[in-house]
Amino acid sequence: MKANVHFREVLNNGTGYYGLLALLGAIVLIGLGAAYFMEHNGHFVTGMNNEIVWGMPHVFAVFLIVAASGALNVASIGSVFGKSQYKPLAPLSGLLAIALLAGGLAVLVLDLGHPDRLIVAMTYYNFKSIFAWNVMLYTGFMAVVVVYLWMMMERKMNKYTKPAGFFAFIWRLALTTGTGSIFGFIVAREAYDAAIMAPMFVIMSFSFGLAAYILVLMASFKWTERELGDKILYRLKNLLGIFVGAVLYFVLAYHLTNLYAAEHHSVERFILLDGGIYTKLFWIGQILIGGLIPLAMLYHPTLGKSRAVIGWACALVILGGMAQMYVIIIGGQAFPLVLFPGMEVSSSFADGIVASYTPKLPEYLLGIGGVAIALLLVTIAVKVLRFLPESLADAIVDPHTASDAKGTAKKAA
Amino acid sequence: MTHKSEINSSRRQFLNGSAIAAGLAIAPGVMLHQVAQAKPADQAVTSDKRWGMLIDTNKCSKGCDACVRGCQTENGWGENETKSGPNQVAQWIRKVELRDTSTGFTKSLPLMCQHCEHPPCVDVCPTGASFKRADGIVLVDKHICIGCRYCMMACPYKARSFIHEDLQDQLPVAPRGKGTVESCTLCVHRVDKDGENAIPACAEACNAEGHEAFVFGDLKNPNSRISQELAKHGGTQIRADLGLNVGIRYRGI
Repeated sequence: MKANVHFREVLNNGTGYYGLLALLGAIVLIGLGAAYFMEHNGHFVTGMNNEIVWGMPHVFAVFLIVAASGALNVASIGSVFGKSQYKPLAPLSGLLAIALLAGGLAVLVLDLGHPDRLIVAMTYYNFKSIFAWNVMLYTGFMAVVVVYLWMMMERKMNKYTKPAGFFAFIWRLALTTGTGSIFGFIVAREAYDAAIMAPMFVIMSFSFGLAAYILVLMASFKWTERELGDKILYRLKNLLGIFVGAVLYFVLAYHLTNLYAAEHHSVERFILLDGGIYTKLFWIGQILIGGLIPLAMLYHPTLGKSRAVIGWACALVILGGMAQMYVIIIGGQAFPLVLFPGMEVSSSFADGIVASYTPKLPEYLLGIGGVAIALLLVTIAVKVLRFLPESLADAIVDPHTASDAKGTAKKAA
Repeated sequence: MTHKSEINSSRRQFLNGSAIAAGLAIAPGVMLHQVAQAKPADQAVTSDKRWGMLIDTNKCSKGCDACVRGCQTENGWGENETKSGPNQVAQWIRKVELRDTSTGFTKSLPLMCQHCEHPPCVDVCPTGASFKRADGIVLVDKHICIGCRYCMMACPYKARSFIHEDLQDQLPVAPRGKGTVESCTLCVHRVDKDGENAIPACAEACNAEGHEAFVFGDLKNPNSRISQELAKHGGTQIRADLGLNVGIRYRGI
């Protein structure tokens, strides 16, 4: 069966390809311009302040980083869990993982107060800091996945694909645990300081990463006129449905646990009932648009088989994921710190009141620029190297077709 | 027997003599040590001391912000940040008004970096820019701060500020810079100069108003005024539940 799958660079030299390249390049340049504008003037040009210290750029950056580790799952299912149907999907999965991580890290770094001191972040380490671990986990992830891709794509090295894939899988679990722990380890804030953050981020990565993967797969196959069979696509979308459900389960467990403890009642009330934009984003964005609607779309007996519906469901999962990041990152900071339980507090520095935050244009542009960096990297890579299979038609992917043939051959023998 | 007592008396004399000699030898050191509480500039700080402050909120009056203005003048923050919005301007110290919702009891107090023994800002800082000196003062090394603001996420007291714009006319005692994080230094420049006799600018301004709500001193020295007052009347830590063992204690809350 394996011999049937051929990989081929994108050969199309038409205006479509270069148009896409130019469009993404332009968005990247605009994003870089926004970052320069922010760094040159200082962060006063953003909506971020001393209360909402992480803003829209971090929503994009953390989303991209989380999605990156999830995008690698498709490859892991093939080489770690031995599902051979997924093996042709693996190179694109590794590529997308690296690209999304590069996009997310670019946004994170460009938002620093001192991006010029990146070398300091690489040379000074405080080993008690989860951020410092993440610097190593993120750069290590790139290296691990590059090696994994090499084992996969170089025929002579194929025998090492499984151990390399296994190592990459463990590494990606550590990476997302690290990302979730950025919030889980914050003792001071009501909305964070929960061990469930780490596994919740892992399951979020499964969902967001797979949604991004399916969209990129469908687009790249359509635009390069390659055949994408229903069987593999339906497998992927059913898997996405499971992940979307699992995210909902973790969100439920997180909020139920908080609701049980009286000390967390006020923060729960803020997110679930009267938090204004955060409550709306939670119920409409995260739960409805990012959870229940795509679940219904993916599992609908007839609609769930339509490619347009599958594509839209993936897009909604991504939008809902962004809303979830916004609620976690911004909502968690907007809720006032509780310094004097049982007391009403007021001050010249907004103690006791919900912090206000309105993201400004440069923040959006920087975030969108990060998405464009990821897509630009994928667009260039699929043209330069053989990441995409020539075809994923049912007959090529489906093992049953192959095993039928084997069965016939055995009988004949 | 006589022989024995002779030996004993000579031994007594010897011991007395040695004790006096030793006393004379050590005394100047002890005396000088007491005089020279300040640490020479070329000597590293040690953990023999832990600087802290006790704030008596009963002496702190509502509407008075002398401590805030004193800190601003001393360290030069707040007024030269003309482009930053209200919540983007630095806030090294702020006045907080409390009101007990069940009894209506009100209270006013200054809040700044609490100089924790186990500071969350230091734990989370990826480069080690956020650090605690051996004598307990928590500071930011502006040279290796990359401006990630994780310390601000982690601080339970909202005590840290990020600089949102270019700054002019900085004071030599408190260098500051766009894109880095800063907070109360416990007037470390005064502490290094005057040791136990130092008075941070906030306390000085409070004294000038006649309130005298602040007591600065060494928490490890049982004879210091702060230790004695704490031993006598006790003191409260804000968010003691976090187990950070802060250096700033309050009375009356």
